[in-house]
Amino acid sequence: MCLAIPGKIVEFHENQGVRMSKVDFGGITREACLEYIPDAKLGDYVMVHVGFAISKVDEEEAARTYQYLAELGQLTDINSPDIDTVEETPDEVP
Amino acid sequence: MKYLDEYRDQIIAEKLLDEIRRTVTRPWVIMEVCGGQTHSIVKYGLDYLLPPEIELVHGPGCPVCVTPLDMIDRAHAIARRPDVIFCSFGDMLRVPGSSGDLFQVRAAGGNVRIVYSPMDCLKIAQNNPDKKVVFFAIGFETTAPANAMAVFQAKALGLKNFSLLVSHVMVPPSITGILQSPNNRVQAFLGPGHVCAIMGWTEYEPIAARYKVPIAITGFEPVDLLEGILLTVRQLEQGRAEVENQYARAVTRDGLVAARRMIAQVFDIADRSWRGIGIIPKSGYKLNYAFRDHDADRIFQVENIRTREPEICISGQVLRGLKKPVDCPAFGTQCTPQTPLGATMVSAEGACAAYYNYGRHLVTVQVGA
Repeated sequence: MCLAIPGKIVEFHENQGVRMSKVDFGGITREACLEYIPDAKLGDYVMVHVGFAISKVDEEEAARTYQYLAELGQLTDINSPDIDTVEETPDEVP
Repeated sequence: MKYLDEYRDQIIAEKLLDEIRRTVTRPWVIMEVCGGQTHSIVKYGLDYLLPPEIELVHGPGCPVCVTPLDMIDRAHAIARRPDVIFCSFGDMLRVPGSSGDLFQVRAAGGNVRIVYSPMDCLKIAQNNPDKKVVFFAIGFETTAPANAMAVFQAKALGLKNFSLLVSHVMVPPSITGILQSPNNRVQAFLGPGHVCAIMGWTEYEPIAARYKVPIAITGFEPVDLLEGILLTVRQLEQGRAEVENQYARAVTRDGLVAARRMIAQVFDIADRSWRGIGIIPKSGYKLNYAFRDHDADRIFQVENIRTREPEICISGQVLRGLKKPVDCPAFGTQCTPQTPLGATMVSAEGACAAYYNYGRHLVTVQVGA
């Protein structure tokens, strides 16, 4: 439950005032909130817990941790077929 | 590359084990606090690799496990309502309440959804203005800032149809509770790495000093755990009791200031009931008054909840490090992950489920042989 999965920030965006990003987890892309890691940059690797970045990691470490979580069967937070996907609300056009 | 990494890790692990063997001179009981750490220890059999003087006992840091039965029943009662979309992390769905689990509520027509992040619920609330969207906010300090942000945003956006059913708990009061128990056996702790990534470790310093227990904030990989064990064993042997940080790549002394600020803005500290343990004073969070319109406990006043735990279950003693899963007569027979009787079997991170999943009910291993 308290585990975090490492991924790479591939895109920034803002969603109704909240700093969000798209993070690539070994091919699966999910949204992650960056409010708590304000200095995160495009291309940085971050540990993500329930859709929130909670620390930065370096690339090598990220690869090792990802492989280890896969071995433990602990990647279900991002790749479980049970997760109900939410329809994207289109960005408001000003 | 994979081979090289594993090889490197194995060499480091062997060096750490040698160093632990050289350092230890007498028996010590060390508790790993976090369920993710327990899972890792049992999966890799780290407890079997340690010298016989070191006994690892498993702590209360499994949020799904310690969520009290009456809260689960409350969640089910809310999820059954036709005007509700009930959202949860996936691992809560299999947890049995007094009658069935959330999968069964869904099969009976309840609108129950598994979400990846609490922020997803905001979109669900926006897309379903005629429904009340409730998120089951469980977890420790690692998860609290995410849930806090979701409700903070809901209030800012005026999403009146979004609420949280809060059952948040905190690690430091549970450690204090274990240390104050008259039959406590724990002499040192491996602290929870990701909880401390958020909170830092300042709260742990007075605990280490007051109860004279070493605490090593520790990660989740085998090498992290062995290093954390070495740090605590060194302190125990030298008669020191400090907080040390093994997990420096993710944890700083002050944690994430913005996340702590958000927790403080949304939640008040409250007494919480822990499944298998009972009420621990000031051991969790509840929504503060400013967020009362988003508090599912206020919105849906569920009454007449009566629960009873099976008498045979020893999960309370397992959670406090007094007993091991294999000490329970129901373990692996009456009680399995498919038919859990108590807290520590309901989630894969619970000590009983970890023991069962890695076959410890099938074999007797000579520890330290």
